[in-house]
Amino acid sequence: MLEAEEYRIPYRTVPAEAVQDELARLASAFEHALEELSTQGEWLKTNLGRDAASVFDWHVGVLKDQHLRDNIENLIKDKCAAAAYATSTVMLNYQRRFMQMTDPLLVERIRDVQDIEKRLMRHILGEAREDLAHLTKPAILVAHDLGPTQTAQLPDTKVIGVALDAGAATSHTAILLRSWGRPGVIGLNDVSTRVSGGDLVIIDGSNQLVIANPDDATLEEYRAQEVAYHKLSGELDELRDLPAVTKDGHRIMLHCNVEFPTESAVGVRKGGDGVGLYRTEFLFLRPEGPPSEEEQYEAYRQVIRGAEDRPVTIRTFDLGADKYTQQRQYEQERNPMLGLRSIRYSLQNLDMFKIQLRAILRASVHGNVRMMFPLICSLMEFRQAKMTVHDAMEDLEETGTDFNRNVSIGMMLETPAAAVQVKEFCREVGFVSIGTNDLIQYLLAVDRGNERVSQSFSGSHPAVLRSLRDVVRACTQAGIDCSLCGEMAGQPLYTLFLMGIGLRQLSMAPANIPEVKKLIRLVTTAQAQRIARRALSFDTERQVTNYLRDETRKVLPEDPI
Amino acid sequence: MRDATVVNREGLHARPASRFVDRASTFASAITVQNVSRDGELVDGKSAMQMVLLEATQGCVLRVTARGGDAHEAAGSLAAFIEAGFELDPHQNTQQPDHAG
Repeated sequence: MLEAEEYRIPYRTVPAEAVQDELARLASAFEHALEELSTQGEWLKTNLGRDAASVFDWHVGVLKDQHLRDNIENLIKDKCAAAAYATSTVMLNYQRRFMQMTDPLLVERIRDVQDIEKRLMRHILGEAREDLAHLTKPAILVAHDLGPTQTAQLPDTKVIGVALDAGAATSHTAILLRSWGRPGVIGLNDVSTRVSGGDLVIIDGSNQLVIANPDDATLEEYRAQEVAYHKLSGELDELRDLPAVTKDGHRIMLHCNVEFPTESAVGVRKGGDGVGLYRTEFLFLRPEGPPSEEEQYEAYRQVIRGAEDRPVTIRTFDLGADKYTQQRQYEQERNPMLGLRSIRYSLQNLDMFKIQLRAILRASVHGNVRMMFPLICSLMEFRQAKMTVHDAMEDLEETGTDFNRNVSIGMMLETPAAAVQVKEFCREVGFVSIGTNDLIQYLLAVDRGNERVSQSFSGSHPAVLRSLRDVVRACTQAGIDCSLCGEMAGQPLYTLFLMGIGLRQLSMAPANIPEVKKLIRLVTTAQAQRIARRALSFDTERQVTNYLRDETRKVLPEDPI
Repeated sequence: MRDATVVNREGLHARPASRFVDRASTFASAITVQNVSRDGELVDGKSAMQMVLLEATQGCVLRVTARGGDAHEAAGSLAAFIEAGFELDPHQNTQQPDHAG
């Protein structure tokens, strides 16, 4: 179990025969807490005087309080509650009582109650509470939520699966989990209150299920499924060396989205034609602060090296909204999705931005590199960002550093404003990459990370389909290279539609490439065009989804779409 | 049963509560305390947590009830202890508990 800053104790009961163990655990926790306190109290008395130490006298008094102890024990005996849960519940009740008081001096005692609770919890939970980085054996992580920063650290830990209360399928945490390549189930609402440290848990990523304390039959069934899963992904891997070509001979480039530098090599192994979106912000989401120019240069080189001469599109850092650097995460914005994020953040932090641009320009010498800016809303923003690239070039010239002067500079098209102005943008940008996650979010006014509304977040909304068609059409007419990254690119449900409106380059999580490729190889362009036209004729999301699902199933009957 | 008025400025906060509980615990009798001024509930006089929850500020009247062999002595001693400001103020002429009640 991972607790954020504070201990947060899930509701948990124990079997009746374990009640005695829980009582013993509680008794031992009280005993150890008292021992610890008296040592600390002595030290305080010697070093700070009796007055400072006297507040500890009350802590000692509370730990010796039979009334309190009875309350906790009764909860364990009567309700078979786990010691941790019983303690936390009783202490919380006391905190509530203090909160209702009028005397500020007494209200302050809440802190003492919390302090006492934490001390007890530490003794009750013991080693059950572990730090991710210090895991010594494979474990499944169950938590209320994980920030992208924490998620980004998962590949370096022994975590083999994740289950979260919070989140929606397209949140950044979910994207990171997918690229991590291990099972993750999110949006479970209360999983962290139903599982306890040490429980045996099955994470079924395909069906988005978490099974706690499975019986032997279930366990066996899942062990068999695990073997079958590895076999299936082995079969898809056989497609690796075959190109994504339609039956009538049109080549579709399938690129991969990359969050960690090491993934670019993984993507190529999965059969990727290049890196269509390298999300550089994950370099910045780490406890030690933004990376230096050298660190960035090395990371970008690693991505380029991993791509083995295939094209690489580097997106400048997309920070803000739900992705905060350590320094910024405490500056709350009322509406972060509409706030200082992405290119806006870059343009307000030009020094940081220029460091990145210099690193990209230098790394570009080593491969086929393009760069693009996220969340462009206006031509002015694009021009300003491009000017900053020229400033960075001048810096490099002054120091005589080698860089690629002709790197292509493009934009992420992911706001309704940019979609409406696509023709104007086409006169100035080197290429367009459609980011459907943000485009859908802003077009439909749905927060994709909010599980209460995220079911309305859908690529099948007619407004989304028409916007995509218009953007692709405008780019084609202007002769501007247009690709699509974002979750839609990796969902087989949309592959036929996207091909049908004329997209020839899709960028997705490496894990999705084999399946999308399989689908492309089974259809003709004419078929895809017909399907796209029909999909565009519907006026509700439901009809579109049903239609696309039926058409996809006709082509790939054995796949779960 | 004895009534006593809280005299110390900070009222019955954490420190006086611990002192009261320590004193109450020396008696065999069950001790209950009620904050009469707030018409509050009866709490266990040997519970550090409950005593603070009395929310007894300066001027509040506390009703100390004892039940048991040394009840009379306990009630008197504890009431006197309250009125002596829990013997906290070093400048005050600290009184020894009056076991005669």
